[in-house]
Amino acid sequence: MGVIDVHNLSKSYGKVLALDRVSFSVGRGELFGLIGPDGAGKTTLFRLLTTLINPDDGCAEVDGCDIIKDYLSIRKRVGYMPARFSLYPDLSVEENLQFFAALFGVTVEESYDLIAPIYKQIEPFCTRRAGKLSGGMKQKLALSCALIHRPSVLFLDEPTTGVDAVSRNEFWDMLAALKERGITILVSTPYMDEASRCDRIALCSEGRILGIDTPTGIVRGFDKPLYGISAKNMFALLERARSEEGVEDCYPFGEKHHLVAGEGFDEERFKAALADVECLEIVSTEPTIEDMFIKLMRR
Amino acid sequence: MRAFIVLVQKEFLQIRRNSFLPRLIIAFPILVMLLMPLIMTMDVRQVNVAVVDLDRSTTSRRIASHISASEYLTLAQTTAEYPFAMEALEQGQVDVIVQIPADFERDMTVATPERISITANAVNATKGGMGMQYVVQTIAHTLSELRGEKSPAKLSGLVTIENRYNPTLNYRYYMIPALMIILFILICGFLPALSIVGEKENGTIEQINVTPISRFMFILSKLVPYWLIGFFVVTVAMLVARLVYGLTPVGSIGAIYFGALLFILTISGFSLTIANFSETMQQTMFVMFFFIMIFMLMSGLLTPIDSMPMWAQRFTLILPPRYFVEVLRSVYLKGTTIVELWTNYAALGVFALIFNILAALTYKKQA
Repeated sequence: MGVIDVHNLSKSYGKVLALDRVSFSVGRGELFGLIGPDGAGKTTLFRLLTTLINPDDGCAEVDGCDIIKDYLSIRKRVGYMPARFSLYPDLSVEENLQFFAALFGVTVEESYDLIAPIYKQIEPFCTRRAGKLSGGMKQKLALSCALIHRPSVLFLDEPTTGVDAVSRNEFWDMLAALKERGITILVSTPYMDEASRCDRIALCSEGRILGIDTPTGIVRGFDKPLYGISAKNMFALLERARSEEGVEDCYPFGEKHHLVAGEGFDEERFKAALADVECLEIVSTEPTIEDMFIKLMRR
Repeated sequence: MRAFIVLVQKEFLQIRRNSFLPRLIIAFPILVMLLMPLIMTMDVRQVNVAVVDLDRSTTSRRIASHISASEYLTLAQTTAEYPFAMEALEQGQVDVIVQIPADFERDMTVATPERISITANAVNATKGGMGMQYVVQTIAHTLSELRGEKSPAKLSGLVTIENRYNPTLNYRYYMIPALMIILFILICGFLPALSIVGEKENGTIEQINVTPISRFMFILSKLVPYWLIGFFVVTVAMLVARLVYGLTPVGSIGAIYFGALLFILTISGFSLTIANFSETMQQTMFVMFFFIMIFMLMSGLLTPIDSMPMWAQRFTLILPPRYFVEVLRSVYLKGTTIVELWTNYAALGVFALIFNILAALTYKKQA
């Protein structure tokens, strides 16, 4: 039994199926990541688990409470940070914190030790209106507010979207510290590079979960040789490479193309066939989570 | 309970932080009460009259001088040619033309004289009609005065006129209660709706919905500040009415506050219901405006319900302001009591209940 247990959860908005029989389980004190592009159904999943909406089908439990029957107990136990900054912009940092503390029937002092590592960074600005904070500071305030009632489970919907690289890194450090205190964290992100900071990840696309494993486990699942290729004319290269024998897949990946070698692929023969291509380079590379994601998507 | 107090405090804090709302809440009632009664008047004054005097007698001069002495009429010109006067009427310099036929004075003593003719510009039907009436009254008054001077028996004093409840027929006294209602509709109707939809637009409502706060408590916390503001508005409006226009309610102040309470509950519940169905401020504003137009034009605020067509009169029964208009006017001008107006209070109470329950039910949050 995990802290979060989801069984065949489905939700559709009109004709659009946002979540299609999703099942997974998160253990206590785990940092679980939902990785997937926009429109994968991550936010819908969060809204279901925080009891903002009801599922069409399936069931889920959060910290032992059913999301439909025991919604009131869930609201007392979870902290939710929506993707969009949703604190009162016209209240000050301090007022926001005190307001949410009062709504949960606690005081800021009671939870101060938990939020201190995060809140200390914005405390110098405690009289500033929340709407006037910078992106990174807003996010720290939102996290403080989500933690004010000492939740056992934390739901963070794309917390790092629109935050600079340094702040993003800091934010993941904070999450790691919270995890140490036994808080279960479900976090979603569209950035594949952040996936490695999670204990386990679920790759989501179009309302379905494509695979669940540890970040290294996911990468290990990529069982075919992978090459990075480049040339002067990258676009033409893509077309040429795809038509070669033994090439299972070839797709743009940063400044190179990634080439997935199938059976009967021979590096030397490939080089010879593309001898006329200017500045052709081909090197063997290690697969990443994104490669695995693309592989699962193509299936 | 502590959570509720904090919610209400937050609401007031947000109103105070707003750069515009506090000023609006104070300035709006004062300005409306000070300016509107002067502007919104159906009293017809300054009717410009042209006298075409073909008679040139004492009588005709007496008529002209009475016209110029009248409070409502202004003697714009006296000519001997009807076409001149007509031209002035066409140009808008004159509203009513009075033509006194030749030999009017002489014929009056001998036999039936040729009739005095009155022509009015009726583009503005109210001004034309009322102006014409004033002129007729003035002429009739002059003629009876002349007759009275000639015969020993006094003819005047046969008819006495008394306007009950508003003795001077002051249109302002009729309008001031209506203006107070317009203030309620605007302040207690628009503001709570905008405050809820604002939370939707900011996304803050999401954050509230994941807390253990119940929807009834949240909705109530949105309403309470505007109820208090509503009472502040009614007090300011009554003070202005008294200090500036010398209008004090003949009936009890309690009857007014009780009616105001029910009406504020109704209109704020109504506005929250609309807010629950809207996603954006724009949408709320338009829908509210639609209903406010109907409220203003059909509740007897500006035009009497009795003179509407029958179907419209029946329709007004489902408009809450209609009942409050009646309460406010009767208590203010006639001194009617709560007991006598109980049907109106009951209707307002039912509306208040319906709209507030509807507001709480349509608010989309589980329990």
